[in-house]
Amino acid sequence: MQNHVLNYLDRIAAAKPEKIAFSNGEEALTFGQVHEQSRAVGSFLHGQGVYGKPVVVFMNKHPREIAAFFGVVAGGDFYVPIDEEMPASRIQLILENVQAEILICDSLTKEAAEKFDFGGKVVLYDEICRTPADSGALEDIRRRAIDTDPIYIVFTSGSTGVPKGVAACHRSVIDYIEQLSEVLEFDENTVFGNQTPLYFDACLKELYPTLKFGATTYLIPRELFLFPIKLVEFLNEYGINTVCWVVSALTMISAFGTFKTVTPKHLRTVAFGSEVFPIKQFAAWRAALPQARFINLYGPTEGTGMCCYYKVEREFGPEEAIPIGRPFPNTEILLLNEQNQRAGQGEIGEICIRGTSLTLGYYNNFEKTREVFVQNPLNTAYPERIYRTGDLGRYNERGELLFVSRKDYQIKHMGHRIELGEIEANANMVEGVKLSGCVYDNIKGKIVLYYVGGMEERELAVALREKLPRYMVPNRLVRLEQMPLTANGKIDRVTLKNSAQAVKSCSREGAVKGDMRNS
Amino acid sequence: MEELLEILKDLHPEVDFGICDSLIDDKILDSFDIVSIIAEINDRFDITVTAEKITPQNFNSARALYALIQELEDEE
Repeated sequence: MQNHVLNYLDRIAAAKPEKIAFSNGEEALTFGQVHEQSRAVGSFLHGQGVYGKPVVVFMNKHPREIAAFFGVVAGGDFYVPIDEEMPASRIQLILENVQAEILICDSLTKEAAEKFDFGGKVVLYDEICRTPADSGALEDIRRRAIDTDPIYIVFTSGSTGVPKGVAACHRSVIDYIEQLSEVLEFDENTVFGNQTPLYFDACLKELYPTLKFGATTYLIPRELFLFPIKLVEFLNEYGINTVCWVVSALTMISAFGTFKTVTPKHLRTVAFGSEVFPIKQFAAWRAALPQARFINLYGPTEGTGMCCYYKVEREFGPEEAIPIGRPFPNTEILLLNEQNQRAGQGEIGEICIRGTSLTLGYYNNFEKTREVFVQNPLNTAYPERIYRTGDLGRYNERGELLFVSRKDYQIKHMGHRIELGEIEANANMVEGVKLSGCVYDNIKGKIVLYYVGGMEERELAVALREKLPRYMVPNRLVRLEQMPLTANGKIDRVTLKNSAQAVKSCSREGAVKGDMRNS
Repeated sequence: MEELLEILKDLHPEVDFGICDSLIDDKILDSFDIVSIIAEINDRFDITVTAEKITPQNFNSARALYALIQELEDEE
């Protein structure tokens, strides 16, 4: 039985050493090269005496970064990807959480890496990837591996302002990759066009199936997502036939009439998720690619990526939402009502996940782990963990699972999972902000932060940019004389949200400001 | 032009859009910004920016973007 993710790599490197595994269009690595470099990195880590430890990978998005990930796993360690898109203060919190001994960088990130307050050693990928492979040591590491050992930690938004590190093991990743590959029908002819950053779990969809099948993944340069025609031309140039993208990347293409000029003619599998796909945009994609399969995916990072899928085969009305469908095989969704019992027909319940695909929990944070990875309340006979997603769902008449809303203040914005509380916590740390309340205007898809304090909106915008990742920076800031409060003294988010949604144009909040100040 | 500068300033208060002519080359604007800018100018100037106009050249400076708006206004 396969108990190690690198078994995929060993097999394919022996079978197809010359085939391109990962490319960005300009530079590529073959399976043979990925294998060789990962063994070098693993041998380097062994030589440093780093085993069973987190290793931070801070590199430019590039095929070499992927080889570095596998190298960390080859050394019996687990990778913690960070990226220059993350603000320095957030990276610092991550470094403090994982307490790594080694940070792998490249020539482009070295300068930034050396500025962190980091107690470990900073090493250059280009140097360590030339370490002679120590086959004996690598084999020994492999022999001792247990499939419940972690292979990565990725960080997700935390409501208190501190990001949470989700640790996943071989077993859950193998389970996920096997089930996902079957549903999406990947094979050796699959050519992936990767859109998502390498520092989230989303890229698992491309990375590991590429090894499993000997497929090829193109890392699409970030800047192409600014220019829809160039983006589609890239897909066509490299014969990309499979994409697993966030909805906003797909609508960027369809919303501006790109299909009138050019269509992605090789695409046959379009998987999407993380957000609601507006039906009008979805229809534009379907019309442009009548032969392609469209699959909606749903799942939290804590469940190793995706846990539910829905193949879109029927027509949807403009007001209808595409279901999240049903769980992958070997995963069960428990829809639990407030009494912790299965929700009845049509009843809303919390989506809870049961199965091998559950991750290990939050790294160095037992308290947060215990809050959401809990004993299955339907099982009183033996220990069995489920993950409570905090997402509310219900089944429609066809027995398909629908996403309804969140239980708390977590949102999805441009495909990113964000805790509004984290934005508030960061705003409240800014001198000149006394109190803040953050809401999401789902109609316009904008994050709006209301605050009380002496600081001008513009100054606060600049300050927040230094603290938060770009996708978390509020789209609109509104300074108030007084924060609306509920009867028991909490920030009145309902009033704030109503005001946000009442604004017609994006930066003309004058009328609302007036209203709220008077109330 | 004033109205356009206002839209841009709202997105990036730290940038001097009067002089900057490398908004794309220096990666100042990202895909969030491009989508927001297009939505705003479509709305305020009552024009439609289509895919073939979304090029690095047209978004590299406020001046280029303003020229694009004028071109599209003339067509309407």
